[in-house]
Amino acid sequence: MSDTTSWRGWLLSDTPTSRRHAKLSALYQGWLSFRSNTMAMFGLGILVTLILIALAAPLLAPHDPFVQNLGNRLAPLGTEGHVLGTDSLGRDILSRLIYGSRITLYIVALVALIAPIAGLLVGTVSGYAGGWIDVVLMRITDIFLAFPRLVLALAFVAALGAGIENAVLAISLTAWPPYARIARAETLTIRSSDYIAAIRLQGAGALRIITRHIWPLCISSLIVRVTLDMAGIILAAAGLGFLGLGAQPPSPEWGAMISEGRRFILDHWWVATMPGLAIFTVSLAFNLLGDGLRDVLDPKSSEK
Amino acid sequence: MSMLQIEKLNVWFGAGRDRVDAVKGAGFTVEQGASFGLVGESGSGKSTILRAITGLAPDWSGTITVDGKQISKARVKTFYKTVQMVFQDPYASLHPRHSVDQVLGETLHLHGFRDIDTRVVKLLDDVGLGQKFRFRYPHQLSGGQRQRVAIARALAPEPQLLLLDEPTSALDVSVQAEILNLLTDLRKDRGLTYLMVSHDLSVVGHMCERLAVMKDGEIVEIMDVAALRGMQATHPYSQHLLEASI
Repeated sequence: MSDTTSWRGWLLSDTPTSRRHAKLSALYQGWLSFRSNTMAMFGLGILVTLILIALAAPLLAPHDPFVQNLGNRLAPLGTEGHVLGTDSLGRDILSRLIYGSRITLYIVALVALIAPIAGLLVGTVSGYAGGWIDVVLMRITDIFLAFPRLVLALAFVAALGAGIENAVLAISLTAWPPYARIARAETLTIRSSDYIAAIRLQGAGALRIITRHIWPLCISSLIVRVTLDMAGIILAAAGLGFLGLGAQPPSPEWGAMISEGRRFILDHWWVATMPGLAIFTVSLAFNLLGDGLRDVLDPKSSEK
Repeated sequence: MSMLQIEKLNVWFGAGRDRVDAVKGAGFTVEQGASFGLVGESGSGKSTILRAITGLAPDWSGTITVDGKQISKARVKTFYKTVQMVFQDPYASLHPRHSVDQVLGETLHLHGFRDIDTRVVKLLDDVGLGQKFRFRYPHQLSGGQRQRVAIARALAPEPQLLLLDEPTSALDVSVQAEILNLLTDLRKDRGLTYLMVSHDLSVVGHMCERLAVMKDGEIVEIMDVAALRGMQATHPYSQHLLEASI
């Protein structure tokens, strides 16, 4: 017990003794304020569970998600051996949901890597450089923003060909403009602040100022925005899957599963409902997590 | 020898109909090792002169000579080794996500110093902050401590001319005195030259030997502190300012 209290004391000390100590103690304090937010912890719990399920899919899934059994098609909930029933080809829905979590996480992770980073680059450069660079970059952003998101993604997928990688690319291409806008707005307020003037007086160049001084302040609001957008990204991926332009059969992508189940929705409602519930749960978890992260990361509130 | 010489300085913001002339035809000289004050009400262009010297206000005309070298529009890197600035608001002049160690370390790195660790330790001692402050973030420091960090950052490149933009106006009175005494000591120890902006005549009277009174972007009078103490201003606006400060 005394061991853990001294460990906490070390982390909460306001006189850190080294760079690492200072970083760890800042992280720990962020974690403490995050932990006090019950809803955010609930969201985080769901997501950690999802990641564990995706990692352990072969161990958890009761059946092979691709094995068909036409003699046992459209079995209802609670059938022996098939807790969530089977779909139109007699595949176990639970196993397909478990394997589908891998695809969902893959899409989410890729989009979350591509879109905010592209937006951050465009937005901070545009905001810091100003002048004609700003005008050109922002008009390009406007053009992307002017299209409805799913329609633009559809056009990209149609041009690139259907498939999960192209779906990710299409969603990223449509998702970056809002991030660029946020990053630019943040940069405009940061750019004129005294601490940027102070580092300019040390002879720092634009590259160093953008990467070392502006990015760290933009990233927190982008992370919040990404987690809040995750739900939309999952839904867009599911939407593309539903339209047959995302993941291709027999891959157990949740949106594609709904699309398959829609033919039987009146008589065999669970075939479409179960993947729908999965999408709903994960989207909700990301939204809750985003709300909690906003409370922790927003520099305006954490300074007080 | 004069450390800073300013002649016919005009500074403006915007262009065309939006153009605002913030400083009009200002001129004064600060000797090596001297401390010169700029006083005036807010909006009179005092801080703008400092920003023009450092290059933060890009639109200016006239001549600025620092340490015998005339300044061109684009500042060379050695300029920042001669001239440094302390900002008015210590709550706004430190990066909220950088620790004291990062702030000072990066400054030293940018100026090409190698022995960063020993210099950071020495700078903190020089401004009266102990080593326990080294790894703190700005939100863990008080206003006075932040301003000490800002002064340490300005001192890091070992400049000769320090521009002080109302360095104490955002602090409460007891802390103001500490910071002013620190600045006085540093100037004595390091032979620094100060150009100090303030709207507080008592601060300028305490810190400076000479001062210029500014109104609406123009310097209306340059006088000695002795004249300030003797209430011997010649220009009606300076007389008014002196009377108002009693």
